[in-house]
Amino acid sequence: MDILRRAIAEGRKPDLRELVEAIPYCRFLGVETDLKGNELTTILRFSDRLIGNPILPALHGGVVGAFLEITAVIQLMLETDSEELPKPVDIGIDYLRSGRPVDTFARATVTKHGRRVCNVRAEAWQEDHARPIAALHGHFLVKPIEPGAVRGE
Amino acid sequence: MSNVFDNQPLAGSLLAGIPHAAALGLHIVRIETGKVTCRVPFAAHLIGNPDTRVIHGGVITALLDNTCGIAVGSRTMLRGQIATLDLRIDYMKQATPDEDILAFAECFKVTRNIAFARGVAYQTDQADPVATCAAAFMLGTKSSPGRQPPGTGGA
Repeated sequence: MDILRRAIAEGRKPDLRELVEAIPYCRFLGVETDLKGNELTTILRFSDRLIGNPILPALHGGVVGAFLEITAVIQLMLETDSEELPKPVDIGIDYLRSGRPVDTFARATVTKHGRRVCNVRAEAWQEDHARPIAALHGHFLVKPIEPGAVRGE
Repeated sequence: MSNVFDNQPLAGSLLAGIPHAAALGLHIVRIETGKVTCRVPFAAHLIGNPDTRVIHGGVITALLDNTCGIAVGSRTMLRGQIATLDLRIDYMKQATPDEDILAFAECFKVTRNIAFARGVAYQTDQADPVATCAAAFMLGTKSSPGRQPPGTGGA
């Protein structure tokens, strides 16, 4: 992606707000980022179109899964120098509580950083961080900059 | 396999009033008891990579989750009392841009509290999948736990 190539060329981390804004699906869901130092929290702003069960009401399971996947990808962007977005290989999502119709937050940890594949865990919560609503673990393909490629120009 | 047009009341009641399904343009293509095919039309707001125009993996997650849920609903006849417990997705290849995505899901086992489903997301050929999934669903709510066993009872 252009934003990533520019950041690498300028020898800095990509602007996450700009990155999220550039991805149509992130805008559609209403994903925002909050970076404090090197700690990233993503925010899923509640809107009615995220509802999957109008009776409870509860967030759509697919929305919660997608939000965790986006969080994992953004965390990887922070920790790897890659020109391309990481691609999911496999993900597993555990649904722990139903997602209430309020804002949701998430954080991710890169458990293992391989040369080609990274193992990532992510967790989403609402009012109480100690009571997560869902957890994800997954593998993502990363494409690091080729050794010897032009950097810092 | 019977077509959705033969089963309109069932198809309608399974997707009715799910705001996120409407937001994705998700609709049922074919349905029979425990087996469902759904489609999400390609749309610009679903793109996950603006360089390649490939649809975001999250759309596939939502499509597979919902299709598996409908497969469970069509077999258990429960409405709004089906919650995803876990969902595992393997991504086989990137979706081709500007083409719709389909998903076929089958609910292959129902017990008193849990239903199991598997699904496949594809574009032109089910044998050449974009992604596959396995899912488990919790049946019933706090007030009405589990499935009403039809005569014989569940596991």
